[in-house]
Amino acid sequence: MTWKHIIKTSLTGLSTNRSRSFLTILGIVIGITSIMLVVSLGAGAQNLILGQIQGLGSNTLTVHAGREPSGPSDVSFLYSDSLKEKDVIALKNKTNVPGLKSIMPSVFGAVTVSYGSNSYQTSIFGCTDLVVDIMDLNPIGEFFTEQDVSSRSDTVVLGSKVVEHIFDNEDPIGQKVKIKGRNFKVIGTLPASGGGSIFNFDDMVLVPYTTAQYYILGQKHFSEIIMQAVSDIAVPSTAEDIKTTLRESHGITDPTKDDFNVSTQQDLAKRLGTITSILTYFLVAVASIALFVGGVGIMNIMLVAVTERTREIGLRKALGATNKDILSQFLIEAICLTVMGGIIGIFLGSVLAFAISFGLSKGLGVDWQYIFPWSGAMLGFGVSALIGLIFGGYPASQASKKSPIEALRYE
Amino acid sequence: MQNIIEVKNLSKSYDDGTVALNGVTFSVRKGEFMAIMGPSGSGKSTLLHLLGLLDIPTKGSYHLDGHPISSYSDIDLARIRNHHLGFVFQSFNLLPRTSVLENVKLPLFYSTVPEIEWEMKAKKAVEDVGLGHRMFHEPAELSGGEKQRVAIARALVNDPDIIFADEPTGNLDSKSGKNVMAIIQHLNEEHGKTIILITHETSTAEHSERIIHLIDGEIDSDHKVRNRLKTTDQYVK
Repeated sequence: MTWKHIIKTSLTGLSTNRSRSFLTILGIVIGITSIMLVVSLGAGAQNLILGQIQGLGSNTLTVHAGREPSGPSDVSFLYSDSLKEKDVIALKNKTNVPGLKSIMPSVFGAVTVSYGSNSYQTSIFGCTDLVVDIMDLNPIGEFFTEQDVSSRSDTVVLGSKVVEHIFDNEDPIGQKVKIKGRNFKVIGTLPASGGGSIFNFDDMVLVPYTTAQYYILGQKHFSEIIMQAVSDIAVPSTAEDIKTTLRESHGITDPTKDDFNVSTQQDLAKRLGTITSILTYFLVAVASIALFVGGVGIMNIMLVAVTERTREIGLRKALGATNKDILSQFLIEAICLTVMGGIIGIFLGSVLAFAISFGLSKGLGVDWQYIFPWSGAMLGFGVSALIGLIFGGYPASQASKKSPIEALRYE
Repeated sequence: MQNIIEVKNLSKSYDDGTVALNGVTFSVRKGEFMAIMGPSGSGKSTLLHLLGLLDIPTKGSYHLDGHPISSYSDIDLARIRNHHLGFVFQSFNLLPRTSVLENVKLPLFYSTVPEIEWEMKAKKAVEDVGLGHRMFHEPAELSGGEKQRVAIARALVNDPDIIFADEPTGNLDSKSGKNVMAIIQHLNEEHGKTIILITHETSTAEHSERIIHLIDGEIDSDHKVRNRLKTTDQYVK
């Protein structure tokens, strides 16, 4: 018997019981659909997260004051004042950190901003003009300059939420707002980011870090020093140079006693990528249970079909079919069923994933891209065929073992 | 004349101790038309299954065309059934929802006949039993007599040496039954096929040249038919 005829015979066998065949493959369809969905959405989520991190510049390095927290309850890193002006000077030295392109000290704090009778509690971010480039900001109006930073000028750039809270339909640019009893001139604002990004500038006011240090927060240390390496490839070596320089500057010999920690966007991307991958694998494993149940359904129905078609098996054997012919026929029938289920599942899964991606990008306003999961599709296709082979194997071998006379006598 | 079938002391008993066939010895000439008769439970179906290589005897020997069947493997037996034997059953055993032509092609699937000849061979077999106009009908659309003729066409398509017919007229009215017997007789006389027919109707058995009577698994009588019935009916519609 040729393959062509085995497949043709199997399809005829399946089409004689169309609605049953459909219900039989439902389990496989659901299983493959969920796998496709999970893999596609997982890849989409990963893409989105990595895209945002990349948006912050994959050549960005950040030095945080304080040692790396040893656990969730370890808050000592919050109170560190280890990063000082002399560190910035040391880091700027090309012989210490040859891969450094730019450097921006920064400070954080909580302040109340008021305009007229309106006041609003928000965060303050003291930085330099480099923030525009590093964080990819699009300020409306102007932004403070290097000159503003060195002269500790009283200029401020407001986040969209701050503007919303203290200005009533008034153009904020050119107005004076009060922070800690001091007047600041609003030179620019930031458009609403939509809330989808990791670093949210909407609820923040930006001032030169020097101004923030001396007039607002009254501190001489920095919260973070944000730097850019000359290229993505230079990031790891630059991170090492930064550590060495800071240890020297702080007089630290034992690296475990570091009073700072250096993180890179690349580390973050890698870590988040791993987390989303693990989540995806976990969900795939859960979805596989549906596939397994579907497989048992296939086995059940194939066993019924073998009993029902006992006479047909006997007849085929009387006409010259060997055990192998019967085995292949029923096996191919099971595989046809599951592969059909797999194809429907791949189709349904990708359509659903597309719909969800579309809904997410429109509904949340995030840049969620639809990804057709080729790996998920290949996996789904292979797994469904394998399920046919495994769960169809037993019924098929039962069929092939039937004796022709037993089978012909069967009523 | 050469003996196509030679059985000696053929016996078949089952695990529960039932003896279906008890030491049967006879031979069949090539081209002979033989009927096996007997009451139900006499072992005639068992004998047909043994002769048709659908079952294996517990004792005795069976030479088919000079070869002992005990020397054959399962795959050999399937091949011999396919190439040299044809079966016609009481209940037709046609595949439902499958056209007459496809039903007749079925034995060719398992044969070594090149695929290119299948259509032609199957069509010829269908036409030979007078159903050329029913080629693409499904079994459900056919009368009992027509179904049995399809089954005969299926038995013929591989040009077998022996045709085994198990109560071929058992489910048919007398007119269709006569028609089917006319075809079987024609196959024997014109095409030289050896026919082994099982029946419990004397009128059907008398189309044959020789009748073996079985009772309780043993041969009760083995005699020639004196006044053979000749169906002169034109079977082709």
